[in-house]
Amino acid sequence: MLDILNIDVFYDDVQVIWGVSFSVKKGEVVALIGANGAGKSTILKTISGLVSPRNGEIRFEGRPIHVVEPHRLVEAGVVHVPEARRLFVEMTVEENLDMGSLKGEAKKRRQQSKEMVFEIFPRLRERRRQAAGTLSGGEQQMVAIGRGLMSRPTLMMFDEPSLGLAPILVKEIFNIIKRIKDEGTTVLIVEQNVKQTLLISDRAYVLETGRIVLEGSGASVLNNEHVRTAYLGV
Amino acid sequence: MTSSQIEVLLQTLISGLLLGGLYALIGIGMTLIMGVMKIINLAHGELMMVGMYVAFVLFSSFHVDPYLSVFVAVPVLFILGVLLQKFLINPVLKVEAIIPENQVILTVGIGMVLANVATIIFTSDYKSTPVEYATKAWYLSDIWKETPIELSLSMPWSVSFLLAIIITVLLWFFLTKTDMGKSIRATAQDKDAALLMGVNVERLRVFTFGLGSALVGAAGCLLLPIYYLYPDLGGQFTLIAFVITILGGLGSTVGAIIGGIILGIFESLTSTYVGMGWAPVGRFVIFVAALIFFPGGIVAILKRKRFGK
Repeated sequence: MLDILNIDVFYDDVQVIWGVSFSVKKGEVVALIGANGAGKSTILKTISGLVSPRNGEIRFEGRPIHVVEPHRLVEAGVVHVPEARRLFVEMTVEENLDMGSLKGEAKKRRQQSKEMVFEIFPRLRERRRQAAGTLSGGEQQMVAIGRGLMSRPTLMMFDEPSLGLAPILVKEIFNIIKRIKDEGTTVLIVEQNVKQTLLISDRAYVLETGRIVLEGSGASVLNNEHVRTAYLGV
Repeated sequence: MTSSQIEVLLQTLISGLLLGGLYALIGIGMTLIMGVMKIINLAHGELMMVGMYVAFVLFSSFHVDPYLSVFVAVPVLFILGVLLQKFLINPVLKVEAIIPENQVILTVGIGMVLANVATIIFTSDYKSTPVEYATKAWYLSDIWKETPIELSLSMPWSVSFLLAIIITVLLWFFLTKTDMGKSIRATAQDKDAALLMGVNVERLRVFTFGLGSALVGAAGCLLLPIYYLYPDLGGQFTLIAFVITILGGLGSTVGAIIGGIILGIFESLTSTYVGMGWAPVGRFVIFVAALIFFPGGIVAILKRKRFGK
């Protein structure tokens, strides 16, 4: 479904991604794990077009998307739930959800999608008229995920969804991601919360200083000696 | 306070409020552009001047009432704004320059060109539109015979104020009820997140510049019956819009409305109690005071209250 072919990414003259290739197949949960500064977020930003690769190709359902204008990606079915949530803080919860369904089919099904989001996150229904910036961190993450779901994506990319959340909320968020997968949406997730992520992942790639150093099934990466010492501290 | 002193104070506050309503409309246009593009449009007053000349030409050649010419000036200014953004400002936004704010400098140039073109076409003479209702007014004693104090309400000022409010309300509906309006607010708050939601940010910038220009063009039509017109009048209104934008808290429309009214009342008070010529000085006092004491503007004060900090 999504194929990353040998991309190099630069910030000005500094190369941060070195010949990275990987793929996400339909219906999978694929994890990109690695330490701070390994280049995980950069890869997501490159897929969604906020950053352009200098070399290499990104294909979604066979079509090259690294040459497409970033705002067209949502219509194609790819949605990026960004790091630190990036909500429109002065707009209400409901307006934030509206922003997730601006085009085509998603716009037509806006009410229906909103009901679906409120069913997954009942707390958002209570707070629908509240400014997003006044919500707690966990609720904001719910809005960010809900906003992503509003576009009816076929591929959903999460950038550190557990960042800054209390352990009980982290668990809830991971359960939601699993549910999203079970309902047929493909998931690409970037995380530092290695254990929880690998437990719900079909496959995983380990990224270190802009290069993929390890890949395999979620379980095999979790049991890898290097991963255990470097990321899990056991 | 004697009754005549109260009369002067109330009359001053009334004219300040009426002036403030127009200032708010002038400021909102700049604020919208500021929000989406993060640049101060220093050609804002000159765009208003263009709107005023549109209304002036319609009045002097076809006897169209300046209030009706809003319907012509708005589309004309919208198109002018769109063209300026698309062919001048957007290309400059893309260029990596030594000066980071060279789009702002570009708007200064656009303002100069507009003022000079107006001078070539209309000469630098002062023009006015002698509408027959220019001096009409309503008096308090007309409706309340035994009133202890006499107050008056100028008709063109009141009509301009009401129309400014109507336009502002329409804008508010547009910004809160339509997807395009929501996209404008979203882009002002977080451009990259808006892009990830599928907002065509480049096209939105073009539209917003057109919208901001159209709003200030409408303000120009409302100002024409109560003001005089000359090609260089833009500069002082750019300054007024700039002060309102800073006072309101960069990029906030609510802040701009309150900022406009505060500025209108303050100027009116200065010209009554200090002297006519001191109004611009009052403007600067407010400007400097806002920068020093309320660096986030009115919107920061409102927010502090809402979040209980």
